[in-house]
Amino acid sequence: MNRIDRRFAALKSAGRTGLIPFVTAGDPAPEHAVALMHALVESGADLIELGVPFSDPMADGPVIQHASERAIAKGVGLADVLGWVAEFRRRDVDTPVVLMGYLNPIEIHGYVRFGEEAVQAGVDGVLLVDCPLEESAVLAPLRDAGLRQILLAAPTTAPERLANLCKAAEGFLYYVSFAGITGAARLSTTDIAARVADIRSHANAPVAVGFGVRDAGSAKAIAGFADAVVIGSALVERLEGVASATEVADRVLGFLAPIRSALDAG
Amino acid sequence: MQEIRDFHAFPDAQGRFGQFGGSYVAETLMAPLAELTEAYLRLRDDPAFIAELDRDLTNYVGRPSPVYFAERLTRHVGGARILLKREDLNHTGAHKINNTVGQALVARHMGKTRIIAETGAGQHGVASATVAARLGLQCVVYMGAVDIERQKINVYRMKLLGAEVVPVTSGSKTLKDALNEAMRDWVTNVADTFYIIGTVAGPHPYPLMVRDFNAIVGREARAQLLDQYGRLPDVLTACVGGGSNAMGLFHAFLNDRGVRIVGAEAAGEGIATGHHAASLAAGRPGVLHGNRTYVLCDDDGQITETHSISAGLDYPGVGPEHAFLKDAGRAEYVGVTDDEALAAFHLLCRTEGILPALESSHAVAQAIKLAREYPKDGIVLCNLSGRGDKDVHTIAAREGVTV
Repeated sequence: MNRIDRRFAALKSAGRTGLIPFVTAGDPAPEHAVALMHALVESGADLIELGVPFSDPMADGPVIQHASERAIAKGVGLADVLGWVAEFRRRDVDTPVVLMGYLNPIEIHGYVRFGEEAVQAGVDGVLLVDCPLEESAVLAPLRDAGLRQILLAAPTTAPERLANLCKAAEGFLYYVSFAGITGAARLSTTDIAARVADIRSHANAPVAVGFGVRDAGSAKAIAGFADAVVIGSALVERLEGVASATEVADRVLGFLAPIRSALDAG
Repeated sequence: MQEIRDFHAFPDAQGRFGQFGGSYVAETLMAPLAELTEAYLRLRDDPAFIAELDRDLTNYVGRPSPVYFAERLTRHVGGARILLKREDLNHTGAHKINNTVGQALVARHMGKTRIIAETGAGQHGVASATVAARLGLQCVVYMGAVDIERQKINVYRMKLLGAEVVPVTSGSKTLKDALNEAMRDWVTNVADTFYIIGTVAGPHPYPLMVRDFNAIVGREARAQLLDQYGRLPDVLTACVGGGSNAMGLFHAFLNDRGVRIVGAEAAGEGIATGHHAASLAAGRPGVLHGNRTYVLCDDDGQITETHSISAGLDYPGVGPEHAFLKDAGRAEYVGVTDDEALAAFHLLCRTEGILPALESSHAVAQAIKLAREYPKDGIVLCNLSGRGDKDVHTIAAREGVTV
């Protein structure tokens, strides 16, 4: 059983909503990348989404785009990210790690080579923003290596496609709560709830909701109907420019702890 | 690779040209792309739509554009006859209008009220602002801050036409970043917004649709050659950035195996210097802007910054059909440097009284090289994709002249 499946099974039996923070690997500082991952877990993360920096992040808003640019400027590449996951695994063998990013860095690295190296490092899944189900045949070597391909569903996803996505979903299904880029602030909880209910009727995989979740309030609203909540831009924004490992940990705790308590207050 | 019988059979239903093309986009764009594909494929075969488009191309764009025998240039070079397909004579001064007129009609049929576009040199932005004004649609053009600086005249033209020009300051601040930004706008505003992509790149159906709208160039030229010269050309050439004017010229000739096809990419300061935009000549297969194609990137897969004197060729990817034609061995792609393009620019000005765009000057430089390879009764057909008025400031600055 993959770590992702184990973690969601544990959450379900405990009756808890999962907390999935996203950070861009190597931002705010490559030397604190591993410390940041541990800080996320210590502040209540159930699964870590680690962004692989890419020069042309078409689906991301300015916050994550700039984080990506900062990391690339410091020389962060796919090999560094895999190295950090391997280092993280020395102290944490339970928290699932999903790499989130775009196809080109993996395509250039080589699909077979990436699959082997990622599993070796302790990566559990990939969420490739620009690789929809229709194009995912190229990812076969990743699945063969044991990585879960996390799929996205959106408010614009047509019913027939949604059924296919739900059928193919593994690990968890990531529901993008509105049609826009990451970091924008629009959210109608009622609409999302209805849509997630629909997805649940089709999918065996757990459903995580993201895009537009910024704080304890918005996370809590979603916790009522989702298996997990993803928080990205608001956290990345909070970490911008932070220089020391201690401050990274403090900021993470300060930001995630209230959200964790809100989710657990059930 | 398997022998290809019919090049006109591509792309397939998924938008694939062999291993290239496809729809590598975020989930939020899958539905709008499906809606667009459905609408376009329906309109493409609709006689009423075709008639409407033909009327616009004739009465608004000014088609057909002539094929012109550049006699003094030919004599100067001393080789095969150089013929120019005069897309520079179209309304707004380039081939770009063929596509924007077509896409704007599609937008109107789909009930969209807002048009967005990305632009590099500004030609596509001007062509989009033009058709938006004509149809009374709101228009927003995304343009890299660097390109805004080097194409001030086109920026002002767009504003005169009522478009809003949004400077893009992320990444390399050029065409690729403008494309990213336009894509983000589209993701956020899909309900009322139509994204007019200016080249044969992007996700399916754009490479197909933009090629179709520009294919009039090659269809006309092929008929004009048969009519005026009683034969097909020996070789075609056109400049390739994203590759829309080149695809437009090449497409009608793809199954004429006797016609050689050569695309001229921007070699900038020379391919060996690394300062260039020659994705096919010097890049590798990758995924960028919604399709699999040749890209310029480093070993981490990060897209690299490109260089060309011509903003319209300054792009690290290329249309997937060109990638396909390269791998199939049907077309060759070679680099033309900034200096070679400038020399060709001056030569065409002085021998023919035609100011070519810097983009098109790359094609002229390549046509000159090719003419030397063929006997005097041979024919080199060169796409003169745009006029150079927009570039006079760039050229003056490069040559130390104050205008």
